[in-house]
Amino acid sequence: MQRIALFGGVYSNYLALEALLKDARARGLQCLYCLGDLGAFGPWPDRVCQILRETEIPVVQGNYDNSVGNRLADCQCGYTDPRDNYFAKQSYDYTFRHTSSENKNWLRKLPREIRIQVGPYRVLLCHGSPRKMNEFLWETTTSDAFLNWLFEKHDADIIVGTHTGLHWHREPSPGKHFINCGAIGRPPNDGQTTVVYTIISADNAENAGNACRLKVDFIRLAYDHERLAAEMASEGLPEEFIETIRTGWWTTCNEILPAKERARGNY
Amino acid sequence: MASDHPILQLDHLDTLWFQIAGTLCNLRCNHCFISCSPENRALSMMTFDQFLPHLQEAAQLGVKEFYFTGGEPFANSDLLKILEATLQVGPATVLTNATLFSSQLVKELACMRDASIYSLELRVSMDGFSAETNDPIRGPGTFKRIMRGIKLLLDGGFLPIITAMRSWPIEQDEAQLAGFKTSLAEIGYRFPRIKLLPALKIGQEARRDHGYSEHDYITKSMMVGYDSNQLICSSSRIVSARGVHVCPILVDQPDSLLGQRLSSAKQSFELRYQACMTCYQYGALCSNASSAAVNLERMTLSRPGPR
Repeated sequence: MQRIALFGGVYSNYLALEALLKDARARGLQCLYCLGDLGAFGPWPDRVCQILRETEIPVVQGNYDNSVGNRLADCQCGYTDPRDNYFAKQSYDYTFRHTSSENKNWLRKLPREIRIQVGPYRVLLCHGSPRKMNEFLWETTTSDAFLNWLFEKHDADIIVGTHTGLHWHREPSPGKHFINCGAIGRPPNDGQTTVVYTIISADNAENAGNACRLKVDFIRLAYDHERLAAEMASEGLPEEFIETIRTGWWTTCNEILPAKERARGNY
Repeated sequence: MASDHPILQLDHLDTLWFQIAGTLCNLRCNHCFISCSPENRALSMMTFDQFLPHLQEAAQLGVKEFYFTGGEPFANSDLLKILEATLQVGPATVLTNATLFSSQLVKELACMRDASIYSLELRVSMDGFSAETNDPIRGPGTFKRIMRGIKLLLDGGFLPIITAMRSWPIEQDEAQLAGFKTSLAEIGYRFPRIKLLPALKIGQEARRDHGYSEHDYITKSMMVGYDSNQLICSSSRIVSARGVHVCPILVDQPDSLLGQRLSSAKQSFELRYQACMTCYQYGALCSNASSAAVNLERMTLSRPGPR
């Protein structure tokens, strides 16, 4: 049995990242992959870079990493609403100012995709979608037909992304899986303060016959969110971001949500 | 002389629109860019049987989402059957004036929504936050009827996207949005989803306000460094009772018709219309994303010349 841990949307939440490393170790997981967006809402972005560089966890480049690394003017998050963009800018300007040049250079060189084999499955790890780093693939607005097209076009059996920050899994045709591994940087807008990462398990290729099944587990991860909230406040980060960490409800970036995802939230 | 208009390829058919009510509408708004009315039969309603083969072909081509417009889609008696079939294949968005809703109809829509894994979006057009501002555009008494429709949707658990054409100077956006929020809060819509749209200066709107200037065209040089994904014809097509057209905005222009089937309407398109300029400036004009973000830099990119 091969098991790997997948996480993304770290958003400078180094406390959740530390909690994840501890949790993964306790579960005996050795293969971890990060799907990008290391900076954003939280404090001191260099801390997350440092942990990932020290642990040598492979990282896929997210739109935030691409922006910070290439010294761009905005985060390329893909929001269209003026209020969402206002907060995105607050977050980006803070992150940009507090990321060292050395880490910026490291972020710039991250790969846009990573391909691995898990059991019989060809797995493609990306940030938004395989074709576009900041594409939003929401659970309720992504058709099976579109996913099947992606699997064929990109020669993959499993595609994993993170960009939206909301975890989901679907098998649109037998043996083909799309997984959004969630985000560890902020909770998934459901009123809980825990965050989400993903473990996938499959039989090794030689043992895997037709009976091989992929197992996808979304792990709810607790961390010291009150400490994070206090540190965000000490850095003068917006009250709206702190509220999300404390309550588990999104206060910003809501306007991009489709109807069903929006209806599950508080705003 | 060779044309200076850029030619745009279809990357992938992500979004498929249906001109499901043709140009037939129970209202006659004086800003309608395809001049819909109860009498305009330029494009007729689509029946379920006309619609179904396109849905099936769309599924084979990997279409991601579906949009329905008109005219007024709920004036089409086949619409519920059409939506039910669509929601088995992918997400659906209906652009409506919300004046034809009953509690029974909303109940049926809610059942359909709850039975699907996909989102059913209802996008309600409303062009002012009061009768005084909305009715001169959409017709006498329409504000009251639209608000009643929105209330029915809210009662059915929907969060409609309120869509308004910017009939005011852009600097007034904030005040206008505040007005919409206050009016909508009065009927219980606490955190309304609002999308502001720029005016498309064709059809009735050219008569209501003014048309494009003779210099409002996209040129090849304007595409340098521009993200062409912002233009809907890079990822979308629209089907009407006549066939497959390039985009919802140009649906009643004679040479917007590209073919009879989706697979024969994938050819590139020359961006030679003045309305292409609005799409260029505002981007993602027709998608559900909220208030079209205005890129002021792009506003200055049109060719210089006297207005």
